[in-house]
Parts: sequence; structure tokens; C-alpha cells
Amino acid sequence: MAKLRQCAIYGKGGIGKSTTTQNLVAALAESGKKVLIVGCDPKADSTRLILHSKAQTTVMHLAAEAGSVEDLELEDVLSVGFGGIMCVESGGPEPGVGCAGRGVITAINFLEEEGAYTEDLDFVFYDVLGDVVCGGFAMPIRENKAQEIYIVCSGEMMAMYAANNICKGIVKYANSGGVRLAGLICNSRNTDREDELVMALASRLGTTMIHFVPRDNAVQHAEIRRMTMVEYDPTHKQSDEYRQLASKIANNTNFVIPTPIEMEELEELLMEFGIMDVEDTSIIGKTAAQLAAEAA
Amino acid sequence: MTTMTREETEALIAEVLEVYPEKAKKDRAKHLMVNDQSIEQSKKCITSNRKSLPGVMTVRGCAYAGSKGVVWGPIKDMIHISHGPIGCGQFSRAGRRNYYVGTTGVDTFGTMNFTSDFQEKDIVFGGDKKLTKLIEEVEMLFPLHKGISVQSECPIGLIGDDIEAIAKKGAVAIGKPIIPVRCEGFRGVSQSLGHHIANDTIRDWVLDKRDGTPDTSTPYDVAIIGDYNVGGDAWASRILLEEMGLRVVAQWSGDGTLAEMMNTPKVKLNLLHCYRSMNYITRHMEEKYGIPYMEYNFFGPTKIIESLRRIAEFFDDSVKEKAELVIARYQPMMDAIIAKYKPRLQGKKVMLYVGGLRPRHIIGAYEDLGMEVVGTGYEFAHNDDYDRTIKEMGNTTLIYDDASGFELEEFVKKIKPDMVGSGIKEKYIFQKMGIPLRQMHSWDYSGPYHGYDGFAIFARDMDIALSNPVWGNMVPPWKKEVVEEIAKAA
Repeated sequence: MAKLRQCAIYGKGGIGKSTTTQNLVAALAESGKKVLIVGCDPKADSTRLILHSKAQTTVMHLAAEAGSVEDLELEDVLSVGFGGIMCVESGGPEPGVGCAGRGVITAINFLEEEGAYTEDLDFVFYDVLGDVVCGGFAMPIRENKAQEIYIVCSGEMMAMYAANNICKGIVKYANSGGVRLAGLICNSRNTDREDELVMALASRLGTTMIHFVPRDNAVQHAEIRRMTMVEYDPTHKQSDEYRQLASKIANNTNFVIPTPIEMEELEELLMEFGIMDVEDTSIIGKTAAQLAAEAA
Repeated sequence: MTTMTREETEALIAEVLEVYPEKAKKDRAKHLMVNDQSIEQSKKCITSNRKSLPGVMTVRGCAYAGSKGVVWGPIKDMIHISHGPIGCGQFSRAGRRNYYVGTTGVDTFGTMNFTSDFQEKDIVFGGDKKLTKLIEEVEMLFPLHKGISVQSECPIGLIGDDIEAIAKKGAVAIGKPIIPVRCEGFRGVSQSLGHHIANDTIRDWVLDKRDGTPDTSTPYDVAIIGDYNVGGDAWASRILLEEMGLRVVAQWSGDGTLAEMMNTPKVKLNLLHCYRSMNYITRHMEEKYGIPYMEYNFFGPTKIIESLRRIAEFFDDSVKEKAELVIARYQPMMDAIIAKYKPRLQGKKVMLYVGGLRPRHIIGAYEDLGMEVVGTGYEFAHNDDYDRTIKEMGNTTLIYDDASGFELEEFVKKIKPDMVGSGIKEKYIFQKMGIPLRQMHSWDYSGPYHGYDGFAIFARDMDIALSNPVWGNMVPPWKKEVVEEIAKAA
């Protein structure tokens, strides 16, 4: 039995982390791998496509009901879905109250203490919310947890900014623990020269674009049915894309300490690909009305 | 040892600073001074109310300690909820000896600990619902309480519980005031900010709500502000004011009630004992209601007489006459105490290191016994405290702000006082060095020390500490060599 690989998926909010994670995990499971998904987002939508449910009952909600997390058993929080995939959601508060980061810390500590990471597992995937905003959301990449980070991004400017920022976070923990950047997953938004741009960014960050996932409405059709592609329509070409991604991850050995780039460098890259215009300092701070007046 | 000269005291400060790294030395130098009574503004020679340096073993507390422990906690007919994990409430419970009259658990709650006892789930999901529930349960189990204060512990500031909203809703639900206090421990540099925050909540949530109520005051109404009734201090003060014909309508906050606080904006004069912790509210009442405030000092007959006369000066002749009668009546008792203890205590030197007012207020009481305060300092004072201290202390004496453990020890070793007045954290260090120490926060479980009655106890306590034969059986480390040399020579 190969050693358990723990992977964390980060990326800008709304980029498609949860969808990509579940689709690729479904493909991994289809190929016979045993996988655990740990949802680290208070919204608890990291396992719905695997479990065909609206939202899984979370560790923190169960803990709140039972009194404390110590009152819970592992089987209370673990659910098994498509392809024998084990699912758990950390859970947390609704927006505006409490501390979601602490919820992630509590839930992951609970899973470790209760021995959720059994020997028969091949992979654990942590699906983490948006940016790393506090210590809680860095929990999956701290020592003895995720060793491989995959960043989901696209050719959009903000997604690439976020990817670069996440790399800065990884560098901090790479030096104290063993966490490494394992690649960028491009979840296509059909922007111009998207693959080339993400590849260029990956190379600046010292890694590769591990796979380019094209945009396909079939993913949405599957999602409406709370299913992953390989389950909903295994013969669809998009299912093959996720199978390819899964196999590339399974065979990946390219783990690096990332080399995040400065803002100027990132902007240059965007200019090179025409995402951003060459900086024209004369327009900075000018309103549309002012510019119109100048043009006239 | 005779009193040190300016040069000697300066040399002592320099010697103590020598061991610090450059940056710490520069910082700590600003907090140590040689007294000069001619200085008007202490900011020229001492810095205070700054963040403590890491590693100096400061004895300061936190904003929660200042609000819950000092200002709000003694209000006896209210329930003070420590909102957050259990420790802050439990380890500050009943620790400050704020005496009160009442049936604990029925109509008074001073020594009880009420807490929302945060668990992981409360951090993650917020403590709002739990606090609401707690307020309901408090109302059900203790229906005679007059109001609630919510004392925020650190996590509340991090997770952002909306305690103001809960307080407003809860107050409507139970028909009693609920005061939310944002006194999270990490705010500010010491307990001092907690005093200020607590004062501000009294202003905004208690006094403001009572504007426009009918005035039933008399021309002789006063309030005692900043007396926490440690060991019964406020009681020993109150009787003197009453004997001189004044009506004490409120005690802030030792043995005090919410109604007393609410009635205070109708008094004629606010009498301020602990300036540091309650000057904010007296200033507010002066600005908003035109009530003057007067600082006074009820430690030792000299300061008591001075204060009684100054207070009486504010009122009509009948009060002035009665004040003189009070002074005359207690004088024989004072004379007897001084006759008994002064010969035993004459010339003894004391070093003080305490909190809000005592490092300057007790000096007079020691002097009445023929003793001398040769060094003094505050844990959390501001410069207005030092302005007042400079005038009370002798020239060339040593003054220290937020002293480190090392500094205090070295100062005591060099100055060799006959006794130290400080707290529990210092007590056993100095007693093991062979120097008697009286706790000047808790009166060493004795008291009261305020007023004429208090002076009798103060004098006795200083004598039993100094005259205890045990000290004669100990040789402090710095005397060891001398003793050995004498032994050798003999």
C-alpha cells in the first residue's frame, strides 16, 4: 500500500474549487483509489456532488448539538458516497458571527485524534475556502497535514493574483513544514490564450499547469443533479478530462517550494498576454468623465 | 542608612539599568526618576502608561481586570457576566475583598461568578445565543438582581459577538438595565484602559438613561467615588462624612448599588478617592451636570483632617463646625495611637509599589507614624498621577513606573528599606530576603485602612509586621558577608 497523500485545493473564491475537487476525486475513485474529502468551508458544499445531498451535516454542527467535539464519534461525521469516497465537512457559522477559522482547526484536530486517516486511504483532499484569511484556513497546510497544494485558477486577472498570493502563504509554511506546491489546475473561463498564460504563470511560480480543464456545460448539468461527471455521464468527453487530471495528479512527482512573483512582474505578464494594457500613468485616478473631457 | 542624595539615587538607577540590552535600557530609563519637588509637570522626568517590555515580569493586569475586577465588580446588586471562557471570571472571583452588606445569591452577588463558559462551539458559532439564554436564566434564578453587566473577555473582540444588540434586546425583555462592556483583555497596556472603558459604559448606559428624573436631593448630598470598600474602607470613610452633616447618597463602587450610581448626577459634590480609576466619570459629571469633584485622602490623621476641612469648605458653616467637632472628637484617639506606635516605628523606611492611588495616598499615614517613604511607584499610573506624587514624596527619593521584578529587587537590596508595601506577587520574594512586607492591595486580609478607624488598624498592622521577632532570626543575603566577617574578626 502506497503512502497516504494529503492534498489541499486552494484558489480564488468562485473559481470552481469544490466542483473541480469532487470531479477529480470521483475520477480517482473510479480508478480504484480510496479517497477522503475534508471540506474546510463553513458553507459545507464540498461533498454534495459525491453524496447527492444538499449539504452534509458538519463536524461543528454535530459538536454544537452534542455539547462539544469530544462527544462525537468518527462515524457520526463521516459519510460514504459515490465510489466509496469518504466525506466530511468541518462546517462553521453563518456569515457575520463567530469564527470560521477556529471551526476548521477544531474539525481537523478531531479527525486526526479520532484516526480518520486510516491506512487504506490513498488520498485526502482538503477543499479550502477562498484565500487564506487567518490561521484557521492555513490549517490544512501546516505541519503533518497536506503536503501537496493544487491551486485552481483561470486566465482571469484576479484568479492569477489570488494564485500568486496563495503561493506566498505556501512559502511561509514550506520552510517550517513539508508542504509543497504541486501545480496549477486551469479551470477554463474561455479567456484569450488562457492555457499559454496559465502555463507562463506556472513556470514563473516554479511549477506547471498540471491540466487544462475546458469549460463545458455538461458539468453544470451534472451539478444540477448533484452528481460528478464520471457518475452522471461517464462516456462524456468532459469526464475524460477529469480522468486525465486525476491520473496526472496520481502520477505527479513535481513538488516544489513556489517562487511567488512581485506585483510588477505579474502585471508585466498580464500585459504581455494583453489581459492588461501597458500602464499609462496619465489615466490613473481619472474618472470616465474626466477622460472623456480630455479626449474631446 | 541615611537618606540617599540625588547623585546616589541617580547612580543606583544607572547601575540597575546597566544589565539591560541597549533598547530596553533606553526604554526603562524613561520610567525611573529621582524625585524633585520643584518639578510641576512629571512628563519632564518620567514616562508612564506605555506598553510593558517583554521579559520584565510586569505585575500589571488587563482591561478586563480593570473593568470587571475594579470598577463594575463591586456593584453588589447587579450580576456581572464574564462573557467568554471560564478562567477570567473564576480566577478573579471574590479576590479583591470588596466588602458589602446583603444576602449573597438573593439580593447581592458580589462574591459569585457568572460566566458564559465558552466552549469551542461558542467560538465557532458565536456566543450571542448563549448570552441571551444566560440573561434569561439569570432573571429566572435571581429575580432580585437590579441589572446586568456583560464583561467581555478576549475572544469576544475576535469573534465579534454583538453584545450591544443583545444588551438592548435583553434589557427590554427583563425590564432592567443591561450594560455591555467592551473590556477585552488585549486592549490597552494595563488595567487602566479597562477603568476608562468601564467609566464610559456607566456614562452611556447608566447615567444618560436617568436624565430628567425628579430631583429629591438635599444641599448636603455627596457621593464617594473610587472607594472599593476593600476590608470596609468605604464604611470607615462614610461615617466621617455623615458625622460632619453630609448625606452620602452613593458609594462607587464598593458596597454600591446600581440605584446609587443612577442618583449620583443629583449630588452637590463628588468626592474622589481613587483618581486613576474614576476620574473619567467625575469629569463627565462636572461637564454635563455641573457637579464639581474634589480629590481627598483618608489615610492617616494629617491627611484626613486636611481633607475634612477642604470638603467642609465647600458647604455652609454648619458643616464646617461639625467637621471641626469630628476632628476634635477623634483627636484623642489619634494621639493615643501615635503615642503607642510612633516610638516603635519612628525612622523606619518604607518602599511602596502598588496600583492606582496608594503609592501617594498612604505616604501621609506612614509619616504620621514617624516613618518615611523612600521609594514609590505605580503599576499602571498616568502622568497626572506622577504630577501629584512628586509633591508627596521627599526630594531625591526614588520613583519607578511599571517596575520590573529585577528593578524592584535591586532597588530594595540597595536602599534597604525596613519594610515594603506591595502585593502578593512581591510578598514572599521580599520576605525571603528578610524584609517584612505588607500587602497594600488587599491590606493583607486586614483593614479597613481608610478613616480614623482605619488608621488604628493600619498602625497596628505596620507594627506587627515590623516588630515580628522572626526578622531578627534571618540574615539577608547582602548582610551575610558582614556577619561572616564579624564572626571571623571575633
